[in-house]
Amino acid sequence: RDTSGSFYEFQASPSSEQGGHRTVYPVKTSLSLLPRLFTSYPQTKTYFPHFDLHHGSAQMHAHGAKVVSAIGDAVKNIDNIKSALSKLSELHAYILRVDPVNFKLLSHCLLVTVAAHFPAEFTAEAHAAWDKFLSIVSSVLTEKYR
Amino acid sequence: MVHFTAEEKAAITSVWGKVNVEETGGEALGRLLVVYPWTQRFFDSFGNLSSASAILGNPKVKAHGKKVLTSLGEAVKNLDNLKVTFSKLSELHCDKLHVDPENFRLLGNVLVVVLAIHFGKEFTPEVHAAWQKLVTGVASALAHKYH
Repeated sequence: RDTSGSFYEFQASPSSEQGGHRTVYPVKTSLSLLPRLFTSYPQTKTYFPHFDLHHGSAQMHAHGAKVVSAIGDAVKNIDNIKSALSKLSELHAYILRVDPVNFKLLSHCLLVTVAAHFPAEFTAEAHAAWDKFLSIVSSVLTEKYR
Repeated sequence: MVHFTAEEKAAITSVWGKVNVEETGGEALGRLLVVYPWTQRFFDSFGNLSSASAILGNPKVKAHGKKVLTSLGEAVKNLDNLKVTFSKLSELHCDKLHVDPENFRLLGNVLVVVLAIHFGKEFTPEVHAAWQKLVTGVASALAHKYH
């Protein structure tokens, strides 16, 4: 809990210890998330036939930021992720129906993105906490699938 | 069989050229044991694995990590021939070590994260993807002789 919480503050404001929630850093770190997913795992593009998937596309930026922001919500409500992500869970189960395997792929890409941006802070403990946290988020998002 | 484009090969070899095999190997194996504690099941003889700092400082972990990553160096030199390159190691991991191939995927992904830490912005989506392809190819080559 400590590592994920303060880490999101790193995302919000790496320079200050308290970390006010500024929007700049989450957007910055989210920029390479979807490009990484689509380049390493091209099959994930099948969920976005309606998107402009070129590098730097406004749609990709916006969507990456949306995803990172939702994860931020989960961090803020880390003791009740189920309730924080309840609507998103329904969205993924009934509308989006993204195959569960893809949550692992996106989670891994998020770890890589965060590691690349915050090398000093992404210690082995932070890495473990994040992997565990993202695996719980993935579970919550797929729990209404059947 | 995995096929690497010229760009992918360049991305892989250029990163590899800057990797400190001893440090990175120890870091990657150490993180595997920290992030996925169940992987410690293969290392009962390694001594103190009781905390992240114990694991990362453990000399046996470091030595073994170096061994593993040195072997990855063979992959980098034989990108077009991974299955043959790892044929004996594959038999070893199946018949003697009894390692579930899922562990190769876990370690490969941990290595990618460690590279991201070391290379930061230089670890672009394209370079990242080339390395994903490599670690997937190696994992698959290591699992190839399983029966």
